[in-house]
Amino acid sequence: MSDSTVKADLSYHLKSALSGVGIPTIIIALFWVLTLFGGHFVGISIQSLLSDTLKRAGMNAVLVLAMVPAIQSGTGPNFALPIGIECGLFAMVCSIEMGLMGVPWLLCSAALCIPLAVISGYAYGKLLNAVKGSEMTIATYTGFSVTALLALAWLTLPFTNPKMGWMMGTGLRETIQLDAVGAAQILNNFMMFSIGGVDVPTGLFLVFGVLALLVWLFFRSKMGIAISAGGINPKFALAAGLNIDRNRIWANVLSTVLGALGIIIYSQSFGYAQLYTAPLLMAFPAVAAILVGGASASRANVSNVVIGVFLLQGLFTTSLPVTNELFRGTDLSEIMRMVVQNGIILYALTQVKRGG
Amino acid sequence: MSETLLCFKNVSKSYYGNTVLSDICFEVSAGEIHALIGENGAGKSTLMNILFGMSVIHSTGGYEGDVIIDGKKTFIKTPFEALDAGVGMVHQEFMLIPGFTITENIKLNREITTPNIASRVLGKRLETLDMVKMDADARKALDTLSMDIEEFTLVEGLPVGHKQFIEIAREIDKTGIKILVFDEPTAVLTESEAQNLLAAMRRLAQTGIGILFISHRLDEIIDVADRVTVLRDGQLVKTMNTKDTDVVEIAQLMIGREVTITPVQTDAKKISDEVMLSVKDLHVGMPGEMVRGIDLEVRRGEIVGIGGLAGQGKLGIANGIMGTYPSTGEVVFNGNPLALNDPRATLASGIAFVSEDRKGVGLLLNESIELNIAFTAMQVNGHFLSSLAGWNLRNDREIRENAERMIKDLDIRCSSSLQSTGSLSGGNQQKVCVARALTQKPQFLFVSEPTRGIDIGAKKLILDLLLRLSEEYGMTIVMTSSELAELRSICNRIVIICDGRVEGILPPDASDAEFGLMMSGSRGLTKNADLEPVH
Repeated sequence: MSDSTVKADLSYHLKSALSGVGIPTIIIALFWVLTLFGGHFVGISIQSLLSDTLKRAGMNAVLVLAMVPAIQSGTGPNFALPIGIECGLFAMVCSIEMGLMGVPWLLCSAALCIPLAVISGYAYGKLLNAVKGSEMTIATYTGFSVTALLALAWLTLPFTNPKMGWMMGTGLRETIQLDAVGAAQILNNFMMFSIGGVDVPTGLFLVFGVLALLVWLFFRSKMGIAISAGGINPKFALAAGLNIDRNRIWANVLSTVLGALGIIIYSQSFGYAQLYTAPLLMAFPAVAAILVGGASASRANVSNVVIGVFLLQGLFTTSLPVTNELFRGTDLSEIMRMVVQNGIILYALTQVKRGG
Repeated sequence: MSETLLCFKNVSKSYYGNTVLSDICFEVSAGEIHALIGENGAGKSTLMNILFGMSVIHSTGGYEGDVIIDGKKTFIKTPFEALDAGVGMVHQEFMLIPGFTITENIKLNREITTPNIASRVLGKRLETLDMVKMDADARKALDTLSMDIEEFTLVEGLPVGHKQFIEIAREIDKTGIKILVFDEPTAVLTESEAQNLLAAMRRLAQTGIGILFISHRLDEIIDVADRVTVLRDGQLVKTMNTKDTDVVEIAQLMIGREVTITPVQTDAKKISDEVMLSVKDLHVGMPGEMVRGIDLEVRRGEIVGIGGLAGQGKLGIANGIMGTYPSTGEVVFNGNPLALNDPRATLASGIAFVSEDRKGVGLLLNESIELNIAFTAMQVNGHFLSSLAGWNLRNDREIRENAERMIKDLDIRCSSSLQSTGSLSGGNQQKVCVARALTQKPQFLFVSEPTRGIDIGAKKLILDLLLRLSEEYGMTIVMTSSELAELRSICNRIVIICDGRVEGILPPDASDAEFGLMMSGSRGLTKNADLEPVH
């Protein structure tokens, strides 16, 4: 009798664990493991693939984390992530202009991007409240528009620091090397260690860990719970006396701030700050990642971020060299990346109604 | 009154083992107006769904018995077959295209056409409209109803009464129409429009059409119908000639069921004379449940029932005061004016609400029982929070303790307080809603349709619980329900709402006839238009 209960209990736990993860996530995970071993057979070391995976997951994680508040508040994945990204870029450029280097540059950028992101996130939240029901489409094009607007700004604003300018003429360069301000990989290298040939970018993970903890705590706070309730069931929230519109604005402020911090972390790891059209499509891998992690367009949590960013970035970093090796001289890996990423977003968006 | 056009013979229908119609037999003769009356849920709409072959009937296993139309046993599987068999329906909501003329609306999809070159090549759909013939037909139909409006007028902007007539004109223009069903046709009309409509119905009946008239306005039935059939709980109670009956008898038959009325525990001591909630001229814009000016006083410690037929506005009252639908008026609670359209202020003042829409408004279905129970108290009153560096974080221990106490007190059947509310049965979900309201420690509780969609055993538990709250904790309760029997079993007095207004207030032991007359708004017929509320 007790034996069968244990068995039933086990199968129950197994089932609930599986249903919690979701089939798409499992498929992506299997696919990743497959490419990892595929890489081994075509002669790419698993260690270097894993190192790259950790690095890329760490650098993208905060951008993915930015999706959580937006999804929870009911405005859907934050396709307007470029708004936050432009705030972060603007802060970085200003810090360079001030002549800061290294850690002070990083801290100043972070401090500067937050007020910018709060203001633009607030305005963006207002916009979303005016277009209830079509948030995702509006968000995508808001992101595109802001990117174009800032491209104008990069050209016309009177920045003078030679580290960022073109050889001749005015305006900022498309890519600004962060080496020049001694800020490339400073988080990655902080307390970095190697284990079995795999490099672990400790600083990167620490920063992400702290931010993720804050987001997790936020959604256990009175306001966070109110935001979630408004996202799941607006009628319920209304009957409980909540101000849903205000909560949606705050959630998107938080999302925009995380987007701004996220791009600073991303850029320092990448080693370059990319301006002009670079932010245009950056929302899409972040959206794909959180959906791979098991989030729906109306429900997300921090564990979705962690699972999703490791799986998706793992898949991208591994499949790229492996397919290049398998199909020499073709551009197939990039095509495959596009298919996987957009396929995931497409799949997730078809689930929106059911998720709500 | 000789030839039988429509006959229901031993018609029964059950949904998933739950019998909603049993053994219905009645007939409609040519030239007769036959009224069908019954409370909500008596089986009227199921019967009509059978007559029109709606898919909801056939996807749930069909029905038993026979429907005989014009002497032929007919088995209607789709609404189109109903049309072919000569059965037409005048809908309660208008199905008209505003930008089309009256003729175009009447002839929609049955246009008279003549062939042209294009149609000879590309098919019948491209034939030219013969507007002259169509106008003539429309004119004829309008004349039958004595409508002197031009047939080429646009429907857009016409008064409601006219639209209703166009709808009827469309039905009678169909060739071979034998039976017309009017589903509460006067519900949206003004009194004079309704009179015109009834006159038109009589004229139609004289042309030999059989009319099935569904209404809950008893006066109209007496006025226009030849015979009346009363349904109650899926049973046919009686078919009578209207000549031989009166509104009182019909009302009695409509309501009268075996009610086990636990004599109300009028522990008169507990109900003080103090007015706790006073409502003046409340208007609520709740779609389908409009409230059009209600005055109401609730004394401390009493259980007040709000009854009435569906769509009359009884559900709007609680929703309006709680701020879930826009409202105007004056509400005074405990001597202080209550801000309307501000749910937070209302909740904070000590009023709690158990919504009629359990799954839509009442619960976060994917969240745990314990969070659902604690939610409102947390958000409105700031309970169940602990502070961490200025942040108000949820206090899981307190939330759990409260939930476990409620689960025990209210006997919520669940595996743990972490189970999601979506996986609970209806009765237990309702208990979670009540538990959330109680967790707010309110002085005043609005409960709407507390037993909707839950089984009989659970119903009794919920009602007992409300009674216990009132007796043990002296809570003042306003319960809104479509089920008169349950209102009568626990309420101290029952307010009947009709047409968005208070029709009257009755003690729970008032007679069936009194309830029936009030619910159908026909009280004036027996009391010489004495419309003062009875206290």
